[in-house]
Amino acid sequence: MKSTPLTEIHIALNAKMAEFAGYNMPISYSGIKEEHHQVRQSVGVFDVSHMGEFTVKGPKALELLQHISSNDVSALIDGQAQYTCMPNDKGGIIDDMIIYRKSAEDFLLVVNAANIEKDWNWIQKHNHAQATLENISDVIALLAVQGPNAIKVIQKGTSIDLNQIPYYHFIQGNLWNIDNIIISNTGYTGSGGFELYIPKDHAVTIWNALMEAGKEFNILPIGLAARDTLRLEKGFCLYGNDIDDTTNPIEAGLGWITKLNKEDFVGKSFAAKLKEAGIAKKLVGLKLLDKGIARQGYEVCDEQGNTIGKVTSGAQTPSLEYPIAMAYIDKPYFKTDSNVYVKIREKLILAKVVKMPFLS
Amino acid sequence: MNFPQELKYTKDHEWIKVDGNFGYVGITDFAQKELGDIVYPEFSTIGTQVAKDEIFGSIEAVKTVSDLFMPVTGKIVELNTKLDAAPELVNSDPYGDGWLVKIEILKPEELNDLMDAASYQQSIGV
Repeated sequence: MKSTPLTEIHIALNAKMAEFAGYNMPISYSGIKEEHHQVRQSVGVFDVSHMGEFTVKGPKALELLQHISSNDVSALIDGQAQYTCMPNDKGGIIDDMIIYRKSAEDFLLVVNAANIEKDWNWIQKHNHAQATLENISDVIALLAVQGPNAIKVIQKGTSIDLNQIPYYHFIQGNLWNIDNIIISNTGYTGSGGFELYIPKDHAVTIWNALMEAGKEFNILPIGLAARDTLRLEKGFCLYGNDIDDTTNPIEAGLGWITKLNKEDFVGKSFAAKLKEAGIAKKLVGLKLLDKGIARQGYEVCDEQGNTIGKVTSGAQTPSLEYPIAMAYIDKPYFKTDSNVYVKIREKLILAKVVKMPFLS
Repeated sequence: MNFPQELKYTKDHEWIKVDGNFGYVGITDFAQKELGDIVYPEFSTIGTQVAKDEIFGSIEAVKTVSDLFMPVTGKIVELNTKLDAAPELVNSDPYGDGWLVKIEILKPEELNDLMDAASYQQSIGV
């Protein structure tokens, strides 16, 4: 099992640890609920150093990225980031990722830990343009500092005015006397904050500085369990749950990052066909109206008990009074306000199709 | 982690505290930690007879759900209604106010099949 530069710190903090994507990762520290609320109300720090990072450089970098990415990478300016996905050539999704443009010939791709090898092979295979690729996953640590007070904590360590970094923009600079840290106004919690890409030898220094600077906000380390409940309330897709090699971006509600008016890219024809013909199933939000919690893999049924879909993520999350879920549901039941039933231990539990995010 | 001496334990992480012909049943400190924050437990109704190792309910946590298995054959005579308003008692006091159901023990000889605190602790490797 691989470690992050902070694994020893997590163990010393008595975190509940588990294997995730081949890494020994912290699942929770003080408890999911407390960690979740801390991020929504103040600030928390996630070690997500297991995430993968690739650099794509050279005069052909943009050409390669336009070929493998569903979103329009040419729309990026220096210092801007973009959420996108990498479709496969069978209508599914290789991975979802963020592309950072440092300059016209220097990009950074951030991918899911579980997909590092798959993505790397895929990108190399499609690198007909011969851009310069490097997998720097093992030398970069990633800390997500999330919550309404995140900006105040990080501001203590830098002279860069963080208010000048808009959402999905970044600056590479000095933080707590360490150079070359990417300070990115992004995150996966929907509560605001920044993600910090750090040369791995300095990860412990930055972690400790954040904990010290965050004391007045009762800053806490946050595990992957709360990361999941936080993202679910905001309706953010999780690769492996809500999207995978068999799900299409259009069905997944990722049409907004699938730019059919740009030049050809891998998977474009599938997306175009689906958009033209209309989709037969769609990823939607469910609000459970009776007692029961929908979990990944549970069947969704009509009133007669016929299968009409499948739950991909579900939980009773800390910020909401009712259980929520994401599910692929067949036409016409995927329409908002439709009544559907989730099969929970052979019982049909009433649920309503709702618009996401669940928590605004 | 805490494993009281006076309790008997199952491999599925339930405990039973014997009180004459009756027993209180709950989940262990190890189990509550593994599950994380409990949302609510669900049980078979009062009066239901459940055989040893059979499911008598389930426990929903924020991230996961787990079945509950009866330590010895018994009839459910009481449910811990305190948990309706305060399910977190299962996390904070798993051997006390966080008990789950009270049963009438129908086959007391089955108690001999259960583990004592030391064996249980060894079985989970802590």
